[in-house]
Amino acid sequence: MHRKVFILMLGLLVLLVVLGACASGSQEKQLVTMEVTKEVTVIVTKEVPAAAAKSKLDVVMERGKLICGVNANLPGFGYLDQNGQYAGFDIDFCKALAAALFDDPSKVEYRPLTAKERFTAVQTGEVDVLIRNTTWTLSRDTSVGMDFAPTTFYDGQGIMVRKADNIKSLEDLQGATICVSTGTTTELNLADQMRAHGIDYTPVVFETADATFGAYEEGRCDAVTTDKSGLVSRKSLLKNPEEHVILDVTLSKEPLSPAVLQGDSKWLDVVKWVVFATFQAEEFGITSQNVDDFKNSDNPGIRRFLGLEGDLGKGLGLTNDFAYRVIKHVGNYAEIYDRNLGPNTPFNLPRGPNSLWTDGGLLYSPPFR
Amino acid sequence: MTPKSIAMQTRRQLLRDFLTWLKENLFSPWYNALITIVSAAVIYVALKGILHWVFYGAKWGVVTTNLRLFAVGPYPTDQLWRVWLALGLALVLGGLSWGAWGGRSLVALILVIPFLVVFWLAPITPAAKRNWTVVLFLFVLSSAVAEFVRPLRKPLQKILPFAWLVAFFVTLVLLHGFKGSQRLPLVETGLWGGLLLTILLAVVAIVLSFPIGVLLALGRRSSLPIVKLFSIFYIELIRGVPLVTVLFMAQIMLPLFLPPNLRIDKVLRAMAGMTLFAAAYLAENVRGGLQAIPKGQYEAAQALGLNYYQTMRYIILPQALRAVIPAIVGQFISLFKDTSLVAIVGLLDLLSIALSVIAQPQWIGLQREVFAFIGVIYWIFCYAMSYASRRLEVKLGVGVR
Repeated sequence: MHRKVFILMLGLLVLLVVLGACASGSQEKQLVTMEVTKEVTVIVTKEVPAAAAKSKLDVVMERGKLICGVNANLPGFGYLDQNGQYAGFDIDFCKALAAALFDDPSKVEYRPLTAKERFTAVQTGEVDVLIRNTTWTLSRDTSVGMDFAPTTFYDGQGIMVRKADNIKSLEDLQGATICVSTGTTTELNLADQMRAHGIDYTPVVFETADATFGAYEEGRCDAVTTDKSGLVSRKSLLKNPEEHVILDVTLSKEPLSPAVLQGDSKWLDVVKWVVFATFQAEEFGITSQNVDDFKNSDNPGIRRFLGLEGDLGKGLGLTNDFAYRVIKHVGNYAEIYDRNLGPNTPFNLPRGPNSLWTDGGLLYSPPFR
Repeated sequence: MTPKSIAMQTRRQLLRDFLTWLKENLFSPWYNALITIVSAAVIYVALKGILHWVFYGAKWGVVTTNLRLFAVGPYPTDQLWRVWLALGLALVLGGLSWGAWGGRSLVALILVIPFLVVFWLAPITPAAKRNWTVVLFLFVLSSAVAEFVRPLRKPLQKILPFAWLVAFFVTLVLLHGFKGSQRLPLVETGLWGGLLLTILLAVVAIVLSFPIGVLLALGRRSSLPIVKLFSIFYIELIRGVPLVTVLFMAQIMLPLFLPPNLRIDKVLRAMAGMTLFAAAYLAENVRGGLQAIPKGQYEAAQALGLNYYQTMRYIILPQALRAVIPAIVGQFISLFKDTSLVAIVGLLDLLSIALSVIAQPQWIGLQREVFAFIGVIYWIFCYAMSYASRRLEVKLGVGVR
């Protein structure tokens, strides 16, 4: 009897040790999740052809509202305002999609997602589209099973230091301590770049951006690194912003793009062209204020764009005036940008690469015809 | 001696007593004096810093403008009356329970007053002030009814546990509503947030884990091998993994195993995860109580001809549960705090709302104020629970035999 109990307990113990090993340490956990995600992706992608008969577009239209995976706590991009309404740059693109689909930007159900669960949420169909400051990478486009729409925000990882330390380049950071937030790619990019340049440094890792910048301000590290958009906005909040400088180096490219499930080109097309419509509207100079005046325009390009001529929207499975709806309800790219990140916000981010191609930026929409 | 000089003398006497007390307890021998002085200095420095920050340094605007967000998250404004109704229901039942089990309504009134003052001074809408006043008044009123209407007491004590249980489900239905209903339109659980979600998660986990935990505890001590084995396996499996793992499992893995058209609500998944987790720990607490019951009790029950159910229901469980109240309440308190873990699986509980508030453009960098505020909220709730458990212990005479 005792022996049996002993063997049973031993078996349980082994089981617990195995489970405990899987669970302990967030790094390991993340790896496990990633592996599992990859395995499952294969299954999901295999299933898609069978399910492709019905596009997500039809599902969304039938449901009567869009389910948008978002970030609920990223300054400027996604947060809850004091009335409990979602607001931010990424949120506005959810609204633009809903405006194109339903002529009503409020027909969105927001799903706040963490970095760890975001791709699973797309794979399982829990969200229709992921607009959550997600960097477009090759592996995410392939093995993770995403399809990416055009980049809505070009970001890149930068480094901020104190002016007094006289650091001009990465090489000057030899032996420095660098504050960095743990999580997606920031920490890894830093390690990659420093290794490539053969620079020794000590990373000081924090869970949240607030803690990271708090530590930097208290002088616990010589430099702090995160995406440049984040650095600019945080710099303005430091006690003496003029004492700090953002180095002219970019550690990584971070094109933040909306993502949908792989293998549903009809739905991807809709997301793609709604994003393009915001670019094109800025190029045409059409804003939410003056869009109705443009209805009298003689320019055939604008008339096609607004759905006054031709059948562009029908081809997407939308109405022909989908671009008009987007602009009327949410605005063009410049309006979205300025509302959330522009000069009238605490961030005051320069457009930089997020300018139109006509202004030397990277925003370029294929022709609407 | 004149009365005045007597008064003087007693006062001098009091002062002398106080000084002797100081000397005996804080300043002798010399090393105690040293410790006292050092601690006093440390407390002074810390307190000064904290108080200075609270009154001069902190920008409390971030909290006051977002009070509604902290309370209910993105719950739709035009449906807020449902939350008020649920709160009113809970406070009426709370007041009745207070009075029925010997609480004084005067004490309830005194307890309520600081809250009233806070709510009247707080920068909330007049409607919210009125509603708070009404629900708190209902609490006092119902406690007075239960206290002073004597004949009501006995039946109340019988009915109230069931009333709480019914109210629990009524509240869930009330907050959730029905699809397509005019009066009670559906409010997706995705819109539940803030303190509301934190309390709901905790209450659901506490209420549902209790029966499961008791059953598991009985199962583990059962003589039926399969039942026993299952209970042991379940308890040890769940106790072997952290709550975060269970939550990740529920949020990320579960949807992959389910058929594609079956979608279980995210909040529901978190509730299930927390309930199953809490049940395993509760089972062990209850088992501790069961083991403390002397064998004679079982034998006596058998001698009376009671069957297994009757023995447990009338003899064993009442004693066992009574003995483990402190452990169970301790577990419930930690469960309440553990609800903050759902923030990392993307639910908008109090902590998650706090993170979102910090991300509002006009308040960036004010995380200290926000975290201090939610810290106070967590403390109030946890302390209230531990206070209630102490009263319950006194009432049931635990420790006094």
